[in-house]
Amino acid sequence: MKVIVCVKQVPDTNEVRIDPVKGTLIREGVPSIMNPDDKNALEAALALKDKDSSVHVTVLTMGPPQAAEVLEECIAMGADEAFLLSDRAFGGADTWATSNTIAAAIRKIGDYDIIFAGRQAIDGDTAQVGPQIAERLGIAQVTYVQKIEAEGNEITVQRALEDGYEVIKANTPVLLTAIETLNHPRYMTVWGIVEACRNKETKVWGINDIDVDPKDVGLKASPTQVKKTFTPSPKGKGVVFAGDAKEAVDTILDELKAKHLI
Amino acid sequence: MAIYVKPELCKGCKICISKCPFDAIDMEGKVAVINEKCTACGTCVDACPFKAIIRDDSGAVKKDLSKYKGVWVFAEQRQGAVMPVAFELLGEGRKLAESLDVELAAVLVGDKIEGLARDLIHHGADKVYVIENELLKNFSTDGYTKVIDQLIGEYMPELVLFGATHIGRDLAPRLAARVDTGLTADCTKLEIDPETRNLMQTRPAFGGNLMATIVCPNHRPQMSTVRPGVMEKFKTDTARTGEIIKFNAEISKEDVRTEVVDLVKIAKAGIDISHAQFIVAGGRGLKKAEGFDLLRKLADALGGEVAGSRAAVDAGWIGKDFQVGQTGKSVKPLIYIACGISGAIQHMAGIQKADVVIAINRDPEALIFKSADYGIVGDLYDVVPKMIDEINSRK
Repeated sequence: MKVIVCVKQVPDTNEVRIDPVKGTLIREGVPSIMNPDDKNALEAALALKDKDSSVHVTVLTMGPPQAAEVLEECIAMGADEAFLLSDRAFGGADTWATSNTIAAAIRKIGDYDIIFAGRQAIDGDTAQVGPQIAERLGIAQVTYVQKIEAEGNEITVQRALEDGYEVIKANTPVLLTAIETLNHPRYMTVWGIVEACRNKETKVWGINDIDVDPKDVGLKASPTQVKKTFTPSPKGKGVVFAGDAKEAVDTILDELKAKHLI
Repeated sequence: MAIYVKPELCKGCKICISKCPFDAIDMEGKVAVINEKCTACGTCVDACPFKAIIRDDSGAVKKDLSKYKGVWVFAEQRQGAVMPVAFELLGEGRKLAESLDVELAAVLVGDKIEGLARDLIHHGADKVYVIENELLKNFSTDGYTKVIDQLIGEYMPELVLFGATHIGRDLAPRLAARVDTGLTADCTKLEIDPETRNLMQTRPAFGGNLMATIVCPNHRPQMSTVRPGVMEKFKTDTARTGEIIKFNAEISKEDVRTEVVDLVKIAKAGIDISHAQFIVAGGRGLKKAEGFDLLRKLADALGGEVAGSRAAVDAGWIGKDFQVGQTGKSVKPLIYIACGISGAIQHMAGIQKADVVIAINRDPEALIFKSADYGIVGDLYDVVPKMIDEINSRK
């Protein structure tokens, strides 16, 4: 069985802060990490390989050259092969252009039974690239996967809903997006790190390496455009009481009463 | 569309580098150069004191978009009941349709669900497109994408809204790729640009640290998902009339490649904080799980619910369903009382729509005091009981 896992390197958004004076993002010291849901996706693929050593796990990412770091991490966790899609032409892509580029790379890799992706990336939270890759490849998809059983070419998964889950059957090829509750990702192994350094090199593909129209990648091919960005405006500054708590409570409740809120 | 630096005007001051939210500008020698991380957001264009950075819109191909008319809402139903978010979308869709001076339509897909159409009209729809087939009884990506794609091809709306539910977030991206248009996820604000009639879609980015306004100027329909609880419902009017249009979509068994073999519901406490009128929320400053017992008393006095910040949820003091903020729920109560919550921007993103925010925190420097309507500097274990007493004594 051949499995492809799509991963993304993201800034750890929990560490991002806003400079209160300039109103800009403070990026210094913000670490880059493998997107959490993608780690669950990789773990699901590696779990299939644990059961059947003939399972071949390929990892794929698109990003700037330093995104190779996450691929090395994937190999150190146990992936067999890694591809980095990196080209200035791919930059600034929205999900339409990103899925188009990644789908072209998957077509070039060729043979696959299951494609795994994380449900969404923490820097964008869109959850769109997985389904859009499936659409471009013309294969079935199941998102929000919290449990997987694979038997030959038949896959049975649990798809999480807000108030429970569905049990869904599908045949390969299929694209599945993983959520946090699917599994507990393993750590890198020492042997894996050696492999990542020595034996398994990340292959880098640019725009000329995949069969894609240059008009259909990157910023210029993206239907959605960022018109402006701004820091969320705090509500107008209110009243802060620092003295007697009883007095503060009285004053506030009087005002709320006057506004008919209570 | 792209951003360029005119090297002859660039003085190498690096102001643009400090302003760029995406780390997309490098210095090469003494000149700024835009790198591949650029999203053309334009922040640097406004920031450059020397007008050395310009936006080039000429590359945009203009298609004939004028044939696309009307606002649509995907009226998601499960087991024959319309999801609450669909009514919220109708409320928002109503406003958008009026500012565009077009009709608002609901799209209802399922099996034997035509009876739900009337209710959608009462909630603001002018038209309801009904697609019924036994193959569409359960949601499937393949089935629903196929039939809605046909409907869009036939009636050509300019704008389609989806609830950002587990179903909406599965269907909308697939459909957007099929009809070859853009999609903006989890929008918190939607407006029409009166000049271009484009939809301005505002959403949080970078985990809520930044807001981005996104447009889809050269493709139709424009598509957005909106999280449940963010938009206001339209006031129900049972006298409203509208048109119900049955659409015969082509679909066969072979089109649907996934099969739902079981549906398991997990009973929940049944409380949904996104619709609560009064919320008392606790954070790290509560210090212990029992603190929520006190907050519950205050919530009861007000007739409201308790909720928690991410810190309180991570500490295990309250369930994930009660988390308010960027990674939790968006709430819109009349009064939100934040107890021992510092006010991280991710948390504030979830309470933007609260009418009145009252913050109780021991730290006078706590960020939350900057955006609260009322702040009380003090120990919540001292302040909250006084508040409960005072509310009860006024009843």
